[in-house]
Amino acid sequence: MLGLVAAALIAISLYTDWLQPLRERVAGFVAPFYWITGAPERVGDWAGEQLRTREELLEENSRLKRQLLLLEQRSQLLAAVKAENTQLKELMNSAEMVDERVLVAQIIGVSPDPLEHVLLIDKGRDDGVDLGTPIMDASGLLGQVIEAGDSSSRVLLITDASHAIPVQVLRNSVRAVAEGTGDLYRLKLRHLANTSDIREGDLLLSSGLGGRFPAGYPVGEVISVQRDPGRAFAEAEVQPRGRMNRSRFVLAVIAERDDGLGTE
Amino acid sequence: MEPNNRWFIAATVAVALLLAVMPLPHQWLWFRPAFTALLVIFWITRMPQSLGVGFAWMVGFLEDLVTGATLGTHALALAVLAYFSLLTYQRTRAFNPAQQLMWVFILVGINQVVGNWVHSLAGKPVPGLTFLWPALTSALLWPWVAPWLSVVAGRLQVR
Repeated sequence: MLGLVAAALIAISLYTDWLQPLRERVAGFVAPFYWITGAPERVGDWAGEQLRTREELLEENSRLKRQLLLLEQRSQLLAAVKAENTQLKELMNSAEMVDERVLVAQIIGVSPDPLEHVLLIDKGRDDGVDLGTPIMDASGLLGQVIEAGDSSSRVLLITDASHAIPVQVLRNSVRAVAEGTGDLYRLKLRHLANTSDIREGDLLLSSGLGGRFPAGYPVGEVISVQRDPGRAFAEAEVQPRGRMNRSRFVLAVIAERDDGLGTE
Repeated sequence: MEPNNRWFIAATVAVALLLAVMPLPHQWLWFRPAFTALLVIFWITRMPQSLGVGFAWMVGFLEDLVTGATLGTHALALAVLAYFSLLTYQRTRAFNPAQQLMWVFILVGINQVVGNWVHSLAGKPVPGLTFLWPALTSALLWPWVAPWLSVVAGRLQVR
């Protein structure tokens, strides 16, 4: 009897999303488990921070100041470029630019299932995070929110075997779809035309097609291309830019106004 | 009505759930013992009159919620496991430690097979027989967990 109930539950949660609200409701009950088991690591981090010497801190301070100066200079340039870009887009009557707000979130847990690459972060609907919110770190895209609770959410990484993201090559805007492989360090481009111009070392950006991810964020770098004349399509291996299992803090990119078309 | 210290069962379930989501290095994830399965075997073998398939089902459902697995996966797996434990609890009690270890391996293996079946329904790639590793690690853990738990449960007179 209970077996039947369980089987029905499995069927419902596999083939429909009726149970999604339940999962989001209990997120507040689930998060503490991850918070507690993550405690030793946090204590370690905290101790590491507290036990540093004055010299180390001074050195880090001056390094950060230099970095800040560089970045400020670059962001000033960027402001000018952005203004110009908006003006040009207006001239061309192209779609509105979507303004984005970036939120810093902390990773509180990692899914215990080795078959899925899912993270728990400490921001949820109360902070503006919603289904599909893109998550990134300092170096590239990490994934998207698949379950948003009130104050925590689950994030599916782009390396998960069930994930795919539309990308384009920075060099020449060739489009492709990068699929997760279940390996934290590999993405795959499948079904590339044998003649398509993709090389080792090409940087892939999110293309914004599909409207899930904003355009122009770095996804990964092509590390090898297999062209076999005997096969209909070429394949490429991609190393993701985002550091899938290193980051402690991540950024949630929240679109202030979504026209459903992405940014292009 | 005497006190029966049922809270201890709830506490062990909470600890098992914590261990089930404890962060591990990625390459070790396949070897995480099935803590809830061990717990269900232990409690059902100890108190078959009062705990049964329903208890296992609830534990499994909580584990589904906490781990974010497809709802019902662990509920079904643990319910099946509980059914077999209930059928065989008298033999399990009479086994010597080596036999018990083998038997726990088989029981947790059944649990893993059911879980793996749901995984393949969900279309997740399962490489070979790796899904049976937790059965092995759980069985190796059993000789440490079971005596310790039964000493504490005996002291607290859990009934």
